[in-house]
Amino acid sequence: MADTLRGIGVSPGLAAGPAYRVAAPPQLPAPGPVADPDVELARALDALAAVAADLAARAAAAQPRNATAAEVLQAQVLMVQDPELAEAVTDAVRGGAGAAHAIAAALAVHRQAFQEAGGYLAERIADLDDIRDRAVAVCLGLPMPGIPSPGHPFVLVARDLAPADTAGLDPAGVLALVTESGGPTSHTAILARALGLPAVVRCANALDVPDGTLVAVDGGTGQVDVGIDEDGAAATRAAEQRRRQRIGRGSGPGRTADGHRVALLANIGSARDLPPDADCEGVGLFRTELLYLDRTDAPGAGEQIAAYTEVFAALPGRKVVVRTLDAGADKPLPFLGLPLEPNPALGVRGLRVGQQRPAVLRTQLHAIAEAARTTRAEVWVMAPMVAIPGEAAWFAAECHAAGLPVAGAMVEVPAAALQASALLREVDFLSIGTNDLSQYAFAADRMCGELAELLDPWQPALLALIAVCAGAGRAAGKPVGVCGEAAADPALAVVLAGLGVTSLSMSPRSIPEVRDALAAHTRADCKRLASAALAAADAAVARAVI
Amino acid sequence: MPSRTVTVGSASGLHARPAALFVAAAAAQPIPVTIRVGDKRAVPARSMLSVLSLGAKRGTEVVLEAEGDGADDALDALADLLARDLDADGTEVATAGTADG
Repeated sequence: MADTLRGIGVSPGLAAGPAYRVAAPPQLPAPGPVADPDVELARALDALAAVAADLAARAAAAQPRNATAAEVLQAQVLMVQDPELAEAVTDAVRGGAGAAHAIAAALAVHRQAFQEAGGYLAERIADLDDIRDRAVAVCLGLPMPGIPSPGHPFVLVARDLAPADTAGLDPAGVLALVTESGGPTSHTAILARALGLPAVVRCANALDVPDGTLVAVDGGTGQVDVGIDEDGAAATRAAEQRRRQRIGRGSGPGRTADGHRVALLANIGSARDLPPDADCEGVGLFRTELLYLDRTDAPGAGEQIAAYTEVFAALPGRKVVVRTLDAGADKPLPFLGLPLEPNPALGVRGLRVGQQRPAVLRTQLHAIAEAARTTRAEVWVMAPMVAIPGEAAWFAAECHAAGLPVAGAMVEVPAAALQASALLREVDFLSIGTNDLSQYAFAADRMCGELAELLDPWQPALLALIAVCAGAGRAAGKPVGVCGEAAADPALAVVLAGLGVTSLSMSPRSIPEVRDALAAHTRADCKRLASAALAAADAAVARAVI
Repeated sequence: MPSRTVTVGSASGLHARPAALFVAAAAAQPIPVTIRVGDKRAVPARSMLSVLSLGAKRGTEVVLEAEGDGADDALDALADLLARDLDADGTEVATAGTADG
């Protein structure tokens, strides 16, 4: 009988397979009296055997990819199988120790010998500690610590995943990710989308699922079915096949079921990020920071023209929205010589830098104009971190002076959203950066993982700010797009279309899913869902009503 | 008691892969064999943890000892293994589970 867990789906797709947990190293319990030494001894020796079997399987799995890692694991197998270790553990249990304590004590003797020997052996102490943690965990009935490696594809279950945890992850061996904490903007979500793996975050009780349990994960709805049978797993895999075929069939511009157009654009940092064969309607966010990073002087006009030309030339006849340099105390660039600030997110950044260092902005605008002149892309330019209409007017004048006819403003500051109509009197379009708009609307630092819930793009207050912008765009007859993680969520994309957003820009990998979701709804559906999400009390309710 | 004094030939010493090969070979012998460095305590050659703890490097002299039927054959086989550069050749590491037959 399958149980159902619910979390937040952050990377769409369906997968089924055995679940395995990433566990923290176990804590040794306080030593207590041992009821039956024979039972305790069997427990200890069984634990060593289980660890040896697990490490041997990991060694076999690692062999083709990483011979060095396989050798370390094979050496560990021999350590665990060491008859001297079994004898020392036996002696300790006969002396009254519990299984976990006996193993820890027996390994501690060798740990000290390794430490005293120094050099190569001192470096192997981590291997001994790994063996201890694994064996102690088995004795205590806990999962073995670290990224599991069961030797076959599995669903990875964790409290949360940090970059260090996933560095050694073999994406081919993982079917899906499920975490108890984290949020839509957490590392888990970003990693899953980059790898194209289904993922569910904030899934309560996921860590209670015993290792090896067959589960089905829906990275779109956030549903995790626990304890399914082989037939259920096969049905899930078949549904994923159908889903992929359906998405694969979709192509061309984004539109609702009744033909209302919503442009689907790509977020890129350079020509390298463009999808193969430039299969997109255009670029909705061309971040230009890459050119400026890790250097002591500003990039010259020639260098910039070459980089912009490469992107424009790949997209003849299509739109490319270039965001001018978004730097500041939060993303410092040495050649700007900006002073340190106590609160960089609220300091001189984005267009504010351009106003303080107009020469840097003018060089960039002229380089963009020159690259646009020699290619056939439809080049638009927009400024980051605009707060008031006067800034938008200044930027538009600079663009026109450089020979760039279409200028826009990013909406990342709540003040700009509330003044969207006034901004649109100065510029030709708006593009909403939902990540920063959340940060500033909710007074919640994007770098602060504990505030993930406030930064959830489903927050009705964020949607209300987007609705103000979309309404202003409709009234002015000017485009208002969304770029940022929000646009990549297929269910939210439908809501954004319903709010009146005219384009969605996202990582190219997310486009097929969003195209598919839009095609499944009429414009009236989108509007109805948008009203429901706006009326919700919080992000969780908004998700639930959709 | 029969014994052999050997100089460790492996480039990395009696560590990692050479240690794994040596311990697996010792475990496959019909009688127990011990190994020691100089006049330090002799440890079982089939014990990975004890062999590693010797800290024997390339050029370290170790003494192998065994008693009983087949002692000389066992010592010859293990001494030959220790003298070779096991980092350089292609010998497969046999774990205890695969050393039967």
